[in-house]
Amino acid sequence: MDYDFSEDVAKIWPALLFIGGFVAVVGGLLFVLDILPRWGKGKERLHMFGFLGPALILLAIGLVYPLIRTVTLSFYNNTRGKFVGLDNYTWIVTNDDTLIMLRNTLFWVVCVPLLATAFGLIYAVLVDKARGEGIAKSLIFMPMAISLVGATIIWKFIYAFREADQEQIGLLNQILVWLGMEPQQFLTSSPSNTFYMIVMMIWIQAGFAMVILSAAIKAIPAEIVEAARLDGASPWQMFWRVTMPSIRPAVVVVTITITIATLKVFDIVRTSTNGNFKSSVLAFEMYNQAFRLSDDPNGEGRGAALAVVLFLLVVPVVVYQARQLRKRAEIR
Amino acid sequence: MQAISERSATARKRLSSPIASLATVVIAVLWSLPTAGLLVTSFRPQADIQRTGWWTATSFTLDNYRQVLESQTSGRSLSQAFVNSVVITLPSVLAPLAIALIAAYALAWIDFKGRDLLFVLIFALQIVPIQVTLIPLLNLYVDAGLAGTYWPVWISHTVYSLPLAIFLLHNFMRGLPKELVEAARVDGAGHVQIFLRVLAPLLVPAVAAFGIFQFLWVWNDLLVALTFANTPGTNPMTVALANLAGSRGSAWYLLSAAAFVSMLLPLIVFLSMQRFFVRGLLAGSVKG
Repeated sequence: MDYDFSEDVAKIWPALLFIGGFVAVVGGLLFVLDILPRWGKGKERLHMFGFLGPALILLAIGLVYPLIRTVTLSFYNNTRGKFVGLDNYTWIVTNDDTLIMLRNTLFWVVCVPLLATAFGLIYAVLVDKARGEGIAKSLIFMPMAISLVGATIIWKFIYAFREADQEQIGLLNQILVWLGMEPQQFLTSSPSNTFYMIVMMIWIQAGFAMVILSAAIKAIPAEIVEAARLDGASPWQMFWRVTMPSIRPAVVVVTITITIATLKVFDIVRTSTNGNFKSSVLAFEMYNQAFRLSDDPNGEGRGAALAVVLFLLVVPVVVYQARQLRKRAEIR
Repeated sequence: MQAISERSATARKRLSSPIASLATVVIAVLWSLPTAGLLVTSFRPQADIQRTGWWTATSFTLDNYRQVLESQTSGRSLSQAFVNSVVITLPSVLAPLAIALIAAYALAWIDFKGRDLLFVLIFALQIVPIQVTLIPLLNLYVDAGLAGTYWPVWISHTVYSLPLAIFLLHNFMRGLPKELVEAARVDGAGHVQIFLRVLAPLLVPAVAAFGIFQFLWVWNDLLVALTFANTPGTNPMTVALANLAGSRGSAWYLLSAAAFVSMLLPLIVFLSMQRFFVRGLLAGSVKG
């Protein structure tokens, strides 16, 4: 290779410098805390501030302040702009494009959690009785490890389109041609393009559902399974009377987790269509308004309002999730 | 416990049916087909990719990988973005770990008023979606003159991960036997000594689980990088890949190879440390 990599590799220095400096600062903090307060009464308090200080400062600047700032910004047209009251919110619910965006978000949030969890559950039950369980699970779970951008590119290639007089290079269109149908532009016609993107998300999330539910199935006590079998339960009865009741909490947690991930879906839409062809969703539109359309004087305020809407949608789901997790912890 | 799980395993074996096994294999193959298609494509000559489907592949080459790593096709080479990914990821994993470890220690083992309330508040911050923080944080970074450096993306990833990291590590520390800490206190050890000498060695599994989760999260992230590290000098592979897909969406010889370069490290980590990965994933499921 005749490419000069040395310039690229030299860029590793900032990271090493950061790590070195960081180790020195944290180490220094611990060292000072260790030798200073051997004497005196306030040492617990001093340690508390020393240990918690960095985290609390970062959380205050990085999460608490931005949250407050974004909520106020959502009532202004931009950072240096004027107060507009609820205009940004009325814009969300009255504009044609944003209404389509909200409809798409609804499609996503209804389809992905249900189908991904259902598939994960079916596969977890199937694989529980199969040979080569480990490999089969790894293959289904693999999409979880790669980036959403990478996953989207994998699927864009499946959806790749060529005119009917050319050889198809996308598998799905080739299958259509084999079946004697016309090749299609899957990602450019609304509203079906949203569903072709939803397939990508299900492909990714089903593995997550499968792994968690498979673990839950394995945790069902053998006595119960054995007893049901001796009573002559059919596989169908076994699933609905034994498996499902035992793993219901896990099913709820998985569904909610995928719901939250789906509400925040951004990478897939951005990489597939860039929000064109009426395929936008809430989290993408937030970014789009706030940063891409930055010459729009209302962009920041609208982006902030969309972020607040996202926040308000996520809150009840996360609260429910936390309660479920606590309930589960109590049972254990 | 061991005996029970063994018995249930044998009970399940007896239930094993050939139809279920067949269905499992077929679905697993179908599931892998999209990835396999792009992987095969990344090794095909450019002319072949444009002409025929990957399922007809006969000749293979490494040219696509060479080109994507070396050439300046999208304004810069992917190898530069790879280095950026490394430079972004290392501090973004280590910094939150260290900060969360000492914070979790304080919340678990130092007595002070309002400790439980503070812990609940930190935990509750997990609710805040990243999107809510983007505009104010970007303005802060620009005002502070940090735009165009790695600092915005380092700080942001650190902040976003703290609530989860503190929550996980705190729970893990509370699960350790109290006697350990008390015995060390009686011996006259201060908090720093207890943390470093007594607890640190026991924390390895929790640190590994969170570390792997955070590594994959940062490495695969697009949104944070797009907002805070979107200059040619700092952007990681996800951004480079997304830009490539936008500007040269039909250049599959580049896209396929670039996609697999970016997936290489996560796949290695995933395959070699699946157990930790699953644990971290389950715990971190509400993040983002």
